[in-house]
Amino acid sequence: MLKKIEAIIREDKLNDVKEALAEIGIMGMNVVEIRGRGRQGGITLAGRSGSYQVDMLPKIQINIILSDHNLDDTVNAILKAGRTGDAGDGLIFVYPVDEVVRIRTGERGHEAVMYPGDIDEKKSKKKD
Amino acid sequence: MTNINAGDTAWILTSTALVLMMTPALAFFYGGMVRKKNILSTLNLSFIMMGLIGVQWVLFGYTLSFGKDVGSFIGDLSFLGFQGVTGAPNEGSTIPHLAFAAFQATFAIITPALITGAFVERVKFSTFLVFSLLWATIVYDPLCHWVWGGGWMGAMGALDFAGGTVVHIAAGFSALAFALAIGPRRGFPKAPMEPHNIPFTVLGAGLLWVGWFGFNAGSALAANGQAAYALVNTNTAAAAAALVWMLLAWRDGHPSVLGIATGAVVGLVAVTPAAGFVTPMGAMAIGALAAPISFYAIRFRQKRNLDESLDVWACHGMAGTWGAIATGLFAAKDVGGTDGLFYGNAAQLGIQAISVAVTIAFVFVVTFVLVKVLDAVMGLRVSRPKEEVGLDLSEHGERAYS
Repeated sequence: MLKKIEAIIREDKLNDVKEALAEIGIMGMNVVEIRGRGRQGGITLAGRSGSYQVDMLPKIQINIILSDHNLDDTVNAILKAGRTGDAGDGLIFVYPVDEVVRIRTGERGHEAVMYPGDIDEKKSKKKD
Repeated sequence: MTNINAGDTAWILTSTALVLMMTPALAFFYGGMVRKKNILSTLNLSFIMMGLIGVQWVLFGYTLSFGKDVGSFIGDLSFLGFQGVTGAPNEGSTIPHLAFAAFQATFAIITPALITGAFVERVKFSTFLVFSLLWATIVYDPLCHWVWGGGWMGAMGALDFAGGTVVHIAAGFSALAFALAIGPRRGFPKAPMEPHNIPFTVLGAGLLWVGWFGFNAGSALAANGQAAYALVNTNTAAAAAALVWMLLAWRDGHPSVLGIATGAVVGLVAVTPAAGFVTPMGAMAIGALAAPISFYAIRFRQKRNLDESLDVWACHGMAGTWGAIATGLFAAKDVGGTDGLFYGNAAQLGIQAISVAVTIAFVFVVTFVLVKVLDAVMGLRVSRPKEEVGLDLSEHGERAYS
């Protein structure tokens, strides 16, 4: 079973999250610059004379496709590395994925998301 | 007939180049403050003035401003098409007549460009072109004649060294009239209208500051001691206003860079009429007091929910008014030949006040009527979908960033 993680995080936390994921063997991802708002409704910026409210703030969305037995480790890594404790830390969404096809080889499903040095290889090494 | 002085001529030609640079500088100053769908449109509102007024000035603008005086009100048509404007100097001048006419052209170009901050992001380009041509002809040219071309305001003894009334009050109060007539941008004031590129605005302000040395020190029309006073006063007023604006903004939260850049421009505006008449300490006071005047004028404008979008009235109209009045306070005989109130000549303050009041009334009324007529005949603003898409695409068929 494959899953997709869609994590909305702070722009300035991208490097921390990337490093934390690399440590557990999650290398493949893509990243989108997005704008959005949450409950707290934005921040105040200084203007020419007085200040004004901006509610659509820049965020980073990380997309990762992975096997569901790796889901918890990955979510925990993002939680740990992406958290500041203040409003605006973001959200993690998890979706089921019907199919993955690697264009170069034609591999499908679990095979298509595996690569040397990935999270499964690291886990099996730990067991040895 | 006097002889041409090479030093004077070189300085005026250089100043002409410096002042012309201020129009694209202004384009970036304004362009940074609009949303990114309107940056090309906003740049062009200023840029095209170099085309439009560059032609108008040679054809008939110069002669209306500086032709032989008719009734103290307007110049005659003797210099139509620059005929008779040659490399020889005018009586009592040490620079070629052409150099003077070219220097003045750059002032005529930037003044209507200043107004454009009032109606960015919604103005219909074709109407804007007609407006600018007519405004230059029936507002700027007569006013310029009254003050500098041999008209009644100069004859009355009103002091305007480099354009406090002619340029800044004229642009500022015309901007107010235009903003009242065209109405707010769609979504104002609820939708955020965030400046999309503050670095452009800071760049523009920096280039304006440099260009202003030509604007003010060039207005001495010679490379002499008065030009040196004007240059030092210009720098001192801008410096003081930028610092005071920074403190005002800091007290309310942060020392906003947009605010500091705005403060510098406001100081430059305020010292413009005074540059060749006051001491550097006088200029410092003029700049320092200009900052709170424009700072709170912006607050006032915001409270009234008036979408005079880039605060031309607050920054140019109000700082220009303060500068023209302050010239009547701080003028010192040793600098420019006339004393103000603080040197015992109270009458000068009265003369300054009259020139300010008449200029405000004249430009506001004529501009308001002109804009209302154009609204009825051509329409002032683009359609709603065009405004929503942005003027870069809908008016110019281009986008700034791909």
